[in-house]
Amino acid sequence: MTPRMPWSARLGLALTLLFALLALVGPWIAPYDEARVVGEVWEPFSRAHPLGTDHLGRDMLSRMLYGARRTIGIALAATCLSFVLGTTLGYLAATLGGWVDAVLSRVVDTLMSIPTLIFALVVLAVLPPSVTVLILVMAVLDSTRVFRLARAVAMDVVVLEFVEAARLRGEGLGWIVLREIGPNTLPPLLAEFGMRFCFAILFLSSLSFLGLGIQPPAADWGGMVRDNANAIAFGLPVPLVPAAAIALLTVAVNLVVDWQLRRATAGRGA
Amino acid sequence: MHPIVALIARRLALGVLSLWAVSLLIFAGTEILPGDVAEAMLGQSATPEAVAAIRRELGLDRPAWERYLDWLAGMLRGDLGTSYANRMPVVALVGDRLANTLFLASVAAAVAVPLAILLGIVAVRWRETPVDRLLSAMTLSAISMPEFFVGYALIFLFAVTWPLASPIAAVHPGMALPDRLAAVALPVVTLAFVTVAHMMRMTRAAILNVMESPYIETAELKGLARTRIVLRHALPNALSPIINVVVINLAYLVVGVVVVEVVFVYPGLGQLMVDAVAKRDVPLVQACGMIFAATYVLLNLTADVLAILTNPRLRHPR
Amino acid sequence: MSLLLEIRDLHVEALGEDGRWHEIVGGVSVTLERSRVLGLIGESGAGKSTLGLAALGYARRGVRLARGSIRLDGEELLGAPYERLREIRGRRVTYVAQSAAAAFNPAFRIEDQCIEAAVAHGLMDEAEARAEARRLFAKLRLPDPETFGRRYPHQVSGGQLQRAMTVMALVPRPDLVVFDEPTTALDVTTQIEVLAAIKTAIEGEDLAAIYITHDLALVVQIAHRILVLKDGRAVEEGETSEILERPRQPYTRALVHLRRRFRPERPRPAEPPLLEVRGVEAAYGAVRVLEDVDLALWRGRTVAVVGESGSGKTTLARVVTGLLPPRRGEVRLDGRPLQPSYRRRSRDDLRRIQLVYQMPDVALNPRQTVEEIVGRPLTFYFDVRGTARRRRVEELLDAVELPASFADRYPAELSGGQKQRVAIARALAAEPEVMICDEVTSALDVQVADAVLALLLELQARTGIAYLYITHDLATVKAIADEIVVMLRGRVVESGPKSEVLAPPHHPYTELLLSSVPEMETGWLDRILRRRGHRAAPVAGNAPAEAGRMP
Repeated sequence: MTPRMPWSARLGLALTLLFALLALVGPWIAPYDEARVVGEVWEPFSRAHPLGTDHLGRDMLSRMLYGARRTIGIALAATCLSFVLGTTLGYLAATLGGWVDAVLSRVVDTLMSIPTLIFALVVLAVLPPSVTVLILVMAVLDSTRVFRLARAVAMDVVVLEFVEAARLRGEGLGWIVLREIGPNTLPPLLAEFGMRFCFAILFLSSLSFLGLGIQPPAADWGGMVRDNANAIAFGLPVPLVPAAAIALLTVAVNLVVDWQLRRATAGRGA
Repeated sequence: MHPIVALIARRLALGVLSLWAVSLLIFAGTEILPGDVAEAMLGQSATPEAVAAIRRELGLDRPAWERYLDWLAGMLRGDLGTSYANRMPVVALVGDRLANTLFLASVAAAVAVPLAILLGIVAVRWRETPVDRLLSAMTLSAISMPEFFVGYALIFLFAVTWPLASPIAAVHPGMALPDRLAAVALPVVTLAFVTVAHMMRMTRAAILNVMESPYIETAELKGLARTRIVLRHALPNALSPIINVVVINLAYLVVGVVVVEVVFVYPGLGQLMVDAVAKRDVPLVQACGMIFAATYVLLNLTADVLAILTNPRLRHPR
Repeated sequence: MSLLLEIRDLHVEALGEDGRWHEIVGGVSVTLERSRVLGLIGESGAGKSTLGLAALGYARRGVRLARGSIRLDGEELLGAPYERLREIRGRRVTYVAQSAAAAFNPAFRIEDQCIEAAVAHGLMDEAEARAEARRLFAKLRLPDPETFGRRYPHQVSGGQLQRAMTVMALVPRPDLVVFDEPTTALDVTTQIEVLAAIKTAIEGEDLAAIYITHDLALVVQIAHRILVLKDGRAVEEGETSEILERPRQPYTRALVHLRRRFRPERPRPAEPPLLEVRGVEAAYGAVRVLEDVDLALWRGRTVAVVGESGSGKTTLARVVTGLLPPRRGEVRLDGRPLQPSYRRRSRDDLRRIQLVYQMPDVALNPRQTVEEIVGRPLTFYFDVRGTARRRRVEELLDAVELPASFADRYPAELSGGQKQRVAIARALAAEPEVMICDEVTSALDVQVADAVLALLLELQARTGIAYLYITHDLATVKAIADEIVVMLRGRVVESGPKSEVLAPPHHPYTELLLSSVPEMETGWLDRILRRRGHRAAPVAGNAPAEAGRMP
């Protein structure tokens, strides 16, 4: 029996869908090009520029819409890649065990002993900050967390008798991972996907905010906060607009995730 | 030897091993990955001759393992190398900055830890009431927000709209403690905001886990008073997970410092590292990375050791 | 004789996942007089523990005592203020939990926990309480009663901890003790020790007790009266002897007669054995778990491997299936040695030996339908697909006495017994010659377990399959085996045809095992204890008057 979806999760889901829609169609409905200078520096909210203009006189609304696709797109790509990497290796480690598991686990432990942001900073000191590099760095660093979880949930399933029964039947690795373990580990991993996506948004925005993520003139939310930070000193809330968008998106996704997790634990407790 | 001593000794040895692995990773991260420091430093104007000259000057023409051993040996002596950007010893650049960062982090921790534990206990005591739900919604929002949003929102509210605090956390050597504390007020609140949320959620879970143990039911069926049950039966067992939660969150806090320092233009290690990355000043980046990572490893190690020390099964072996 | 506890028409409700309250105990009445023991018996989910806790005016989280009346010495507990209940709990009524290992606080010494209630309620000062605890440690035959309590819970064995929990309940000298399945988590031989200890303890102390269990044979050793619960309702109540001799309800009758099943042994066929284990030694890492184990199983016959936890009986199954390659020795099928590891066995060798597990809940993939579960071996081994496979699945379901419509269900929609039948159908689908049954009935309620046993016997008669039957339960062995292998700490201590192993003279361990199986008669425990040379416990019988006079 599925309990009724609470209002908080409904709100989160609605907002998440809205953001997804904006990311899809954003650049097409944007009134101006993201790089075009259309007015004075930091114009206030107006009919022509509903969110005002930025530190170079570009339309904020247009940049927000372009930035939505870039920020969400890159974070999503990095999360997907990190899941492919993390779950594949995690399932393999859990199913094969032995030295495969030992080696993978040690490597991941070592990678995780350095905080993600610090490691990313170290690597970005040498690598060029292109979109591909960003996605790869984020995906590899984040896949360690996915690996841990995927391995842990798969370990819980691998020891169950129905997996042993499949092994004793003579089934191959493919059947065991895809048909026996996969379907039974999906729910916790789905919730984790939401959490990792939130983390990717925050992480990418932080890097851009520090000037090490997406490079100008391309618009992304974290970078827009950095570009317009000085406006605060003049009493203008310009950087709060992209920052609030990031916060709203991550809160929305987390509301859905929280509901999923609660449901999962409630089911287990029964 | 008491088995617990052996256990802790083993854990400490493992800590040293993981510090060494961290040094290897950080060095590899800057040296072995594709991308050439010399070219990156020169940018558009790189001629092959100029690149070769810089490489020679920085010693980059020597094999990587040799440079790694030099770097590691230097670190053990307390020599962190020389900055590429201004040719100063890294130790001199890092010193004050590290002290500033530790000051900011400690003040934030001093605010966050008691508050988080208190809120965690409140949430458990009134669990599944509106108080608990409100706290849960607030902390969920707090952990979802980027630090710079919280930081700029605080500046906008408390430095611009109502000028109560300074938007820039300027500190300098020789500043008196009260002035220093006033200067870091907003960054401390920002850091504490996110840390408290994480810590409170984990504290709540840890206490609830203990409160649902069968031995709490045993205590209740003995007809003991609620306070006695919480103080005598729940707390000693919840202590170990709570300590763990606190130390792990302190490790998060140390990393969260980077963004907050940039928001408030605070002269700390995080700001220094971000600048060094932008200038591709590799020795400085390596040193800062190593310090942050080592702090993180040491805090996690502390959590492990404290967990061992507070576990009755390990303290009183069979 | 005065009335101590009187529960009238008690209704208890639990909060369901849908957020509504559901009745789990529906209108049960209990009366208990001083110095008497009431046995509360029923299957899992019958509401026994809930009712036991209600005697302390207590309900777990998500459970509420909805209506009715619970009177202790005439005082109403239902709806009594919390502070008043606190004065009763741990002072007049105490509780012994099923898992003492979880019920003791890991952070404190055992004796400190045993005296806590008495001291906190101001019944005695600390020195008196300690003296009382030590007296009871001695009475319950705990080692070194003076120093035993200085240990921490994890430093003593499960059986000792369970007895310590009894001491904890007795120190405050309560009027009533609720024992909630106090021996269920223990091995058979330990179980008897603890039961005997509890019996001695309550007989000298002038108190009443509620003894909760699912095992009728256990409770008749200790209880004067018995109340049978089923699905939250009392189905029968009466004096112990009355219940044993004249059970009125069909359910009670089934409980009483279950253990009387016995299949005569069939002679060994005059042919070489189908499955042979020769000189097997196996280990997990450095821990040796099997040593020099031999076993032979003939076509169409059943070998029962008996032993307590840690005897290595399940490891033996893992060696036969190839999950744990042995260090030494071999497994032979039809006279041919099998590859030690299942990974290297041929698909046909894997097919010929099938395994059925103890816990049907985890033996079936919850994300596959019954058709997929039972059909997979058909496709895998015989390449049967489509409608032919569906037909065969329905035949197999019929063979295990399940309706064909179950093919479309998921395991979550089946009961425990039905799941076990599906697991058996999956094993049968491979058309094996040997089926290893690893405690296949021990996770099931008695009636369901009996029906599964009957099914296994019937399948064997029909298909000529051979069973390697692993169990700790000698009653099951008597019911199903042709040959018996008794294991202790990784070694075979006795083996042979059932008639030989079960007839004296026994190996001492076989003797201990045999004598630890409670028999469905009231004097059994006292007799066994006398035979084992325990200080003879005063015979209580079932006459309440006699028990009431106990010093």
